[in-house]
Amino acid sequence: MASQAKTNVIDPLIDNNPITLQVLGICSALAVTTNMTAALIMCIALTTVAAFSGAIISMIRHHIPSSIRIIVQMTVIASLVIIVDQILKAYAYEASKQLSVFVGLIITNCIVLGRAEAYAMKNSPGMSFLDGLGNGLGYSVVLLVVAFFRELLGAGKLFGQTIIPVANEGGWYMPNGLMLLPPSAFFIIGLMIWAIRTWKPRQVEAPDYQIHQVHRTEVL
Amino acid sequence: MAEITQKKGFLGQLMQRPNDDPTKTIFIAIMLCLVCSVMVSTAAVALKSKQIVNKQNDIRQNILAVTDQYEPGMDMETAFEKFEVKLVDIAAGEFAENDINPATFDQRKAAGSPDLGVRLSNREDIAGIGSRAKYAPVYILRQGDEIEQIVIPVHGYGLWSTMYGFLSLENDFNTIRGLRFYEHAETPGLGGEIENSRWLAKWEGKKIFDENGNVEFRVVRGYVDNNTPQAEYKVDGLSGATLTSQGVSNMMVFWLGENGFGPFLQNMRSEVGNN
Repeated sequence: MASQAKTNVIDPLIDNNPITLQVLGICSALAVTTNMTAALIMCIALTTVAAFSGAIISMIRHHIPSSIRIIVQMTVIASLVIIVDQILKAYAYEASKQLSVFVGLIITNCIVLGRAEAYAMKNSPGMSFLDGLGNGLGYSVVLLVVAFFRELLGAGKLFGQTIIPVANEGGWYMPNGLMLLPPSAFFIIGLMIWAIRTWKPRQVEAPDYQIHQVHRTEVL
Repeated sequence: MAEITQKKGFLGQLMQRPNDDPTKTIFIAIMLCLVCSVMVSTAAVALKSKQIVNKQNDIRQNILAVTDQYEPGMDMETAFEKFEVKLVDIAAGEFAENDINPATFDQRKAAGSPDLGVRLSNREDIAGIGSRAKYAPVYILRQGDEIEQIVIPVHGYGLWSTMYGFLSLENDFNTIRGLRFYEHAETPGLGGEIENSRWLAKWEGKKIFDENGNVEFRVVRGYVDNNTPQAEYKVDGLSGATLTSQGVSNMMVFWLGENGFGPFLQNMRSEVGNN
């Protein structure tokens, strides 16, 4: 049981990462990674929602009618997201202003609903909590790496603190404006997937379709 | 055996029905909705007062900052007492004579309401805001009896979003003292640079009206220095953010023009001239 708990938390970090392996939850990875602060708050919010929604859905899983199970899961997730949003507005006003609608959009994040449907519906509340936590952390790892490169190369800063003095503030670094636009997040995630799959070739999917090798004897 | 495990009461029997039983489905749906709505509304109500304070402090901080009165860590409540808040009747160009409390007046809500808002025609609506409130709060900072600065709220559409800000004017009601945006969703690093203090510093000392009282001020493309003709009316736009800069320029033309604070500022100026 203890090893199962450990796997639930550790496995989604790299080996079964929701973004780089399952390629879920990309949308918010593009939107909130222009700076580290926003990305960090988003990670905390998503991890909290994923963990608690897993636990709550798992608690009532024996009584969820299968005909409305997705609606039930969404209702639980949506309520948690609104609560998180309200807490952010009360205690981290600046950050919530920066994240604006993206906290609300956690509701539509595929990772949260995916874990609820795939794991929490069939496992105990404690395990589901850890599973949500692990997947939230896996998402966070990717988001923070992407935000690190985007903020550093795009604005010369980390967490809003100047690291490389940029040209229009009298420094030497000419920031790469593309890094602040959404496509750059795609590039970085693409490179991350490439790097991880080179390191762990087991993650490479078998090709869906292989071109048939034509032998000379087959040619008429 | 079944008799023994049978739960008593209506609820127990309901919960023991198969999950796909329609009655149970409806019961579960209703219960879930009730529990969730209670949770959400509890959170909303419990945190509301804190959120209002945050929002108010944010606005106050921006008004203090635009007038150069802000120091980090100061107490907003006492610092803000320096300002006199008054409501302006925009169409009349005068301070409003009614019992609306200017401190709690919500300009955004008023813009949408039928009796406090005015719809703008396409020709009038250069700032892309659809409708504006009949009244707007202004924040007056006095030095003794004399007005030292006056802060007016401005907003207009940029590239993605409506940008909300405060504009501070010197007591000639023609010279810009400062500008600050407190809410917008422009692209970070490009249009989002409207928050950049180095850019906003360029605004200080710029003039708004020409001799005939028309709004001459514009955000323009290209470098502005002392050799630029009419440099005192121009601010260099943000590079990489043409549409946002255009939006800021339109916002200024609207709010300082005849459908915005134009008549009010005109009146204030002639008052200053008479004294």
